[in-house]
Amino acid sequence: MAEYLILIYEDENGYATATPDVFQEVMEAHNRFAQQVGEKGGKMVAGNALQPTSTATTIRADVVTDGPFAETKEALGGYYLIEARDLDHALDIAKLCPARFGGVEVRPIMVFS
Amino acid sequence: MTAEPDQASGAGNPGAAGDGRFRGGRAARRARAGKDTAAAIADAHRREWAFVLAATARVAGDIDLAEECVQDAYVAALDAWSRQGVPDNPGAWLTTTARRRAIDVLRRSATLRGKLPLLIEPEPPVPGSAPPGPAPAEGDDVIPDDRLRLVFTCCHPALAREAQVALTLRLVCGLTTTEIAQAFLVPEATMAARVTRAKKKISAARIAYRVPGPAELPDRLDAVLTVVHLLYTTGHTAPGGENVVRDDLVERAMDLARMLHSLMPDEREVRGLLALLLLTDARRGTRADPGGRLLLLADQDRSRWDRAMIAEGVALVPGAIRGGPPGRFAVQAAIAALHAEAPSYGQTDWRQIVQLYGVLLSVWNSPVVALNRAVAVAMADGPEAGLAEIEELEQDGRLADYRYLPAAKADLLRRLGRQAEAVRAYRSALDLTMNAAERDFLAGRIAEASGG
Repeated sequence: MAEYLILIYEDENGYATATPDVFQEVMEAHNRFAQQVGEKGGKMVAGNALQPTSTATTIRADVVTDGPFAETKEALGGYYLIEARDLDHALDIAKLCPARFGGVEVRPIMVFS
Repeated sequence: MTAEPDQASGAGNPGAAGDGRFRGGRAARRARAGKDTAAAIADAHRREWAFVLAATARVAGDIDLAEECVQDAYVAALDAWSRQGVPDNPGAWLTTTARRRAIDVLRRSATLRGKLPLLIEPEPPVPGSAPPGPAPAEGDDVIPDDRLRLVFTCCHPALAREAQVALTLRLVCGLTTTEIAQAFLVPEATMAARVTRAKKKISAARIAYRVPGPAELPDRLDAVLTVVHLLYTTGHTAPGGENVVRDDLVERAMDLARMLHSLMPDEREVRGLLALLLLTDARRGTRADPGGRLLLLADQDRSRWDRAMIAEGVALVPGAIRGGPPGRFAVQAAIAALHAEAPSYGQTDWRQIVQLYGVLLSVWNSPVVALNRAVAVAMADGPEAGLAEIEELEQDGRLADYRYLPAAKADLLRRLGRQAEAVRAYRSALDLTMNAAERDFLAGRIAEASGG
């Protein structure tokens, strides 16, 4: 098994304007996803949602500035760290990851040996 | 095998057995044998490279190591075969040699394993097969055919299309980076970086060395067939080259299509692709006149089409089309078959071709397909009907940079006698093409239309 980070990139505006019903659906989808990872033969190691990029602070060469590292329409909004057998397995799991206002990126975790 | 496995492994060390054994009058025989050997090795390179590399990769567990060992095995063959004769089964000889070398290297140096490791999936145990016991001797007689693993790994959707193409040529066809760079008209350093990056992704992201399961197979197979088709079309109409056809890429694509068909004889789209390539390639010799000038389908000398290839392609079509909804390669093959069997351009069954393009659009909604359909409509219902469809496509905008759209439009305008508009369209096409033969053709049409 190897570890992969699933990065969730979404349009923050989607959540800023979402109704309580939508939030409810999203929460349920994430709870379901946490369960599906195990059902797919993978393992959920960790996962978190992030506060929006309006709360982000960036540091480059010791200069502290307000805002995210890169201004993009779809911003990193959360992540899951999972265990999977190989990339196909990780992608199979990542396809189930909720991201209704964007998509996800899958990155293998570097192993130092 | 002619050569004993032990000799094979000893031959992994060129010069170990010494050329000194040859003396005096043997020099001439040696020279002749050397020539035969070189030919045998070139042949084995073309035919067996994928088989040897695929089988070696599974033992080496590392693409770079496998490539090195296979290259060494070919070098070793040069020496061994000129001394002992060409073995009955060159592929098995090369594989045994390359695998032994890989095992030697792995034993000697554990550090190498971290290089570009390949994720090898163990074969699932076959129910009712022999109970676990001592493993059978590796590779001496029966070497499993891993070529499909290799192809599917090279064409994994997590790799960019250009990387899939480069890796397939490098790993499956055994082309050098220099050759691939030349074929695609990119600097060698760019191509080398592309290949290296793709190999690193395979190991870092753990792309498994395996044939996908039934659920993923259709999509994954489509990626493989797309790569082979792209190789063919790149060779067939080299984007910027002096000749219309770059033969080597075409031959490689044909080899790959044949290999896939022999390994997956029941896959209808594989059959469809092979049929399509055969039917297209049967016309290869007639695509340009002796001066290198491009000839349209309408002007090609049909008596010079390769009838054996056409027969082979046509025979494959029914099996590709029937047995479920046909795929895009099968439908294209069916269209190519109608063209190949028509006595002349005018006597082609255009109605059926229009119908088949309709089917093709339903499985593959591409504006290029719509353009081809428009050309067929012009033949079936007259240039005005075709022109209307082309103008609709122009509005759509997806083909703004596609040189064949203004070229097709120009041809219909010319046939309608609207010469001034035709010249304008030919000029737009000329602005979009870099292929020398195509440029000559368009320039010729402009001169004709301007003069007439």
